Amino acid sequence: MKESEVLLEVKNLKTHFNTINGVVPSVEDVSFYINKGEKVAIVGESGSGKSVTSLSIMRLLSETGKIIDGSIHFCGRNLIELSEKDMRKIRGNEIAMVFQEPLSSLNPVMTVGKQIMESILLHQKTRKQNAKQQVIDLLNKVGIPRPEKVFSSYPHLLSGGMRQRVMIAMALSCQPKLIIADEPTTALDVTIQAQILSILKELSEQEEVAILLITHDLGVVAEVADRVIVMYAGQVVEQAEIFSIFDYPKHPYTKALLNSTPKLDFSQTELLSIEGTVPSPMEIPTGCRFYDRCDFSSEICKQSPELKEITDGHQVRCWLVEEAIDNRI
Amino acid sequence: MTYIIKKLFQIIPVLFIISFVVFIFVNVSGDPVVLMLPEDASNEEIKAMQESLGLDKPVIVQYGLFLSNVMKGQFGQSFVYKQEALPIVLERLPATFELMIAAIIISILISIPLGVLSAIKRNTFIDLFISGTSVLGKAMPNFWLGLMLMLVFSVYLQILPVSSRGSLLHLVLPAITTGTAMAAELTRMLRSQMLDVLHQDYMRTARSKGLSHFSVVYKHGLRNSLLPVITLIALNISTLVGGALVTEVVFAWPGIGQLVISAVHARDMAVVQACIFVIAIFVIGANFLADILYRVVDPRIKYR
Amino acid sequence: MKTNQLTFLKWLKMLGSSKTGSLGAIIILTVTFTASFASFIAPHDVYEVNLNAASLPPSWMDGGESQYVLGTDRLGRDLFSRVIYGSQISLLVGISAVIVAGVIGVPIGLISGYYGGFIDSFFMRIVDANIAIPVILIALFVLGFLNPNLIMFILVVGVATWYTYARVVRSEVLSLKEREFIKAARVTGVRNSVILIRHLLPNVTSSVIVVSTLSVATTIIIESSLSFLGLGPKAITWGALLSDGRDYLATSWWIATFPGIAITITVLGIILLGDWLRDVLDPHSHV
Repeated sequence: MKESEVLLEVKNLKTHFNTINGVVPSVEDVSFYINKGEKVAIVGESGSGKSVTSLSIMRLLSETGKIIDGSIHFCGRNLIELSEKDMRKIRGNEIAMVFQEPLSSLNPVMTVGKQIMESILLHQKTRKQNAKQQVIDLLNKVGIPRPEKVFSSYPHLLSGGMRQRVMIAMALSCQPKLIIADEPTTALDVTIQAQILSILKELSEQEEVAILLITHDLGVVAEVADRVIVMYAGQVVEQAEIFSIFDYPKHPYTKALLNSTPKLDFSQTELLSIEGTVPSPMEIPTGCRFYDRCDFSSEICKQSPELKEITDGHQVRCWLVEEAIDNRI
Repeated sequence: MTYIIKKLFQIIPVLFIISFVVFIFVNVSGDPVVLMLPEDASNEEIKAMQESLGLDKPVIVQYGLFLSNVMKGQFGQSFVYKQEALPIVLERLPATFELMIAAIIISILISIPLGVLSAIKRNTFIDLFISGTSVLGKAMPNFWLGLMLMLVFSVYLQILPVSSRGSLLHLVLPAITTGTAMAAELTRMLRSQMLDVLHQDYMRTARSKGLSHFSVVYKHGLRNSLLPVITLIALNISTLVGGALVTEVVFAWPGIGQLVISAVHARDMAVVQACIFVIAIFVIGANFLADILYRVVDPRIKYR
Repeated sequence: MKTNQLTFLKWLKMLGSSKTGSLGAIIILTVTFTASFASFIAPHDVYEVNLNAASLPPSWMDGGESQYVLGTDRLGRDLFSRVIYGSQISLLVGISAVIVAGVIGVPIGLISGYYGGFIDSFFMRIVDANIAIPVILIALFVLGFLNPNLIMFILVVGVATWYTYARVVRSEVLSLKEREFIKAARVTGVRNSVILIRHLLPNVTSSVIVVSTLSVATTIIIESSLSFLGLGPKAITWGALLSDGRDYLATSWWIATFPGIAITITVLGIILLGDWLRDVLDPHSHV
């Protein structure tokens, strides 16, 4: 692990939702960290709790969602203990977000420029004229042609890719320390996806912004991230540097995910799908949460495995891996 | 632009239909001369009237005559006021206009905070109270509300004038009376619109920028909820005018409503006809404006 | 017969589960009952003048008499009995005028939406013309120059409000026309009249029921407004009672107050039931 300063540290985060059908534990005991300027991806299928984790960091959960336990330290401050007023100073200013669906995430009756300018005027003491110039520079930076014209356009007049560029410009507007990108390319065409990812990557390097990328797509991860966190049914099941994950995946779920993603070098013989679905948070098995879908499950898997560090910076939550290590010793 | 022209062209047949129906009614329902003159009119007066209306000519010619007179703004002499009908009506227009504008402003001022509050506090006691009050506001006939307000504020508390036009204080009760039904309707509408908008993705985006809950709701949410409100006001202009007519009678407000009702009782046909045309043009104009306003406020339909 | 009973019970159960809906239904049933049996319920003859008991306040106030629950008017007539009789005209006019409006408006809406083109624009311009003149004004214009009897009154109010149906039915038909089953019927050469009556009409009934219910509320308010203005049917109506009370507002507040409460409660009941029907029958329409 590189010696660097920790920017965000999530410890034992637990987020529950109160629904008519009872309490839904969406995130159970999730811990991870992000260093300054680092690009981290959280990967998982829908229902794994990855989006809830990101909304918990921003404290933007819907009324029914509640952080039950844990801490989220950002630049030394525990976000969970901050007042709503102090939290507002962090949102958009120090941590910004890029959402999945750029059309519905932009206000349809407000011009693009106004929407970006809004956060600048909110967090910085600038005059409107300066803010406008800043916005136009930002639009330029994210590769939008004729930024003056786009400034006064409404979102519906832009293409999907342009809209997501606008969202990125909006996220960058106050020079945040961290951008959380929640499935930023899922709603876009494949060709546009690559463009958006490279913009995101380049700008974060240029501006020294850390990125927390939430995605279900390992292809996207490979493109952007330094480090990967794999989540399954509300838990972290594996966490490692990008190369370790791709070359030496340990958890059966990670392996299955990799096998279900096409690779460009045709090294796979066939593309496998993972049987079954993520268990609903209401009926999570008591032992290993991947038990029902795992090809290697055995008797011991009926007890809950712990997240264990197997090599430097590589953590796995699986009995089999522990056994393998134990056997080696 | 083409849309505006198209809409303007649609107004012409509408005015034709109105003029035709008014003409038919006046002719079919009996001798217009008898209708248009007081009951004690002399034979000479009747004869003079018949000639001036061209009643000796065929019906089509009569309609043409009627139409050309209407277009010139000539609705005939009012026998009550002994002068042309149109100027009498136009003189009363500002009072009615004032009442309507005040009513619309009051209903917007009441309904926006209540509708939004009710949506934010959904299914709480506050929501129940606001929703209940707005159903009640819709159910009350406005003339009764007017009388009750008068009873409380003018008769018992004696803090507001009983009737007629004058200072701003005179406007308070009539405006509330006229605006209540609309306020109730708008509150209900805003509540359901707002409930819809609150769950939109862009509301979450706005919060992720660090805006306070209040700014998110009022700057981002309300703007999106207001579009249907414009349509609703436009659709209800006609009902609002109808309500204003009755309110004017309750509060002796010297507008068109009072004029037309006294003209109906006096059988002053010229004035009644002029009132109908003036009100129709007023309503059509208001709807037309609302249509354009809607297009200005909602960027999405500008290019459709 | 059996299935009819079952559906009726199902509806009754659904109504029972909605507090506002059942409140509306109870109010309407009470008002209907009162109107139907007015002569049995009313404690006094409505025309019985008793100058010794003129302008008595309601019984619970100082000077009130127990036999005149809601007080008396300036001629000593019992206000309670008069309010009870007033329900008859309001309900009769409300329901009949809505039927008249529906009989005109529904077919026009069907035809206008189905055929489109010139027929559609023709009828829609008439609708525009109708909307441009407030219903009250139309009624004033017509009734002011005729000697209004009850039938005439109902016809005028019905004819002045048909456009609501035409509009709602037309927009329903416009969207139904794009649906597969209508397209299929057209392609296979089913006669237009059959499509209109057999396919389209049944599909617009729920909207028509909702609009009708809410229209009864509007119509009752229009009726009472016209009665208040002195152009109503020559009978005891809530609007006319209110109009009487208006001149004595400062001295006998009850004469104007109670008929208004009666109107408000009745209209409230209809709105509550109508809102419930709309939620149950037609969850996506919020006109």
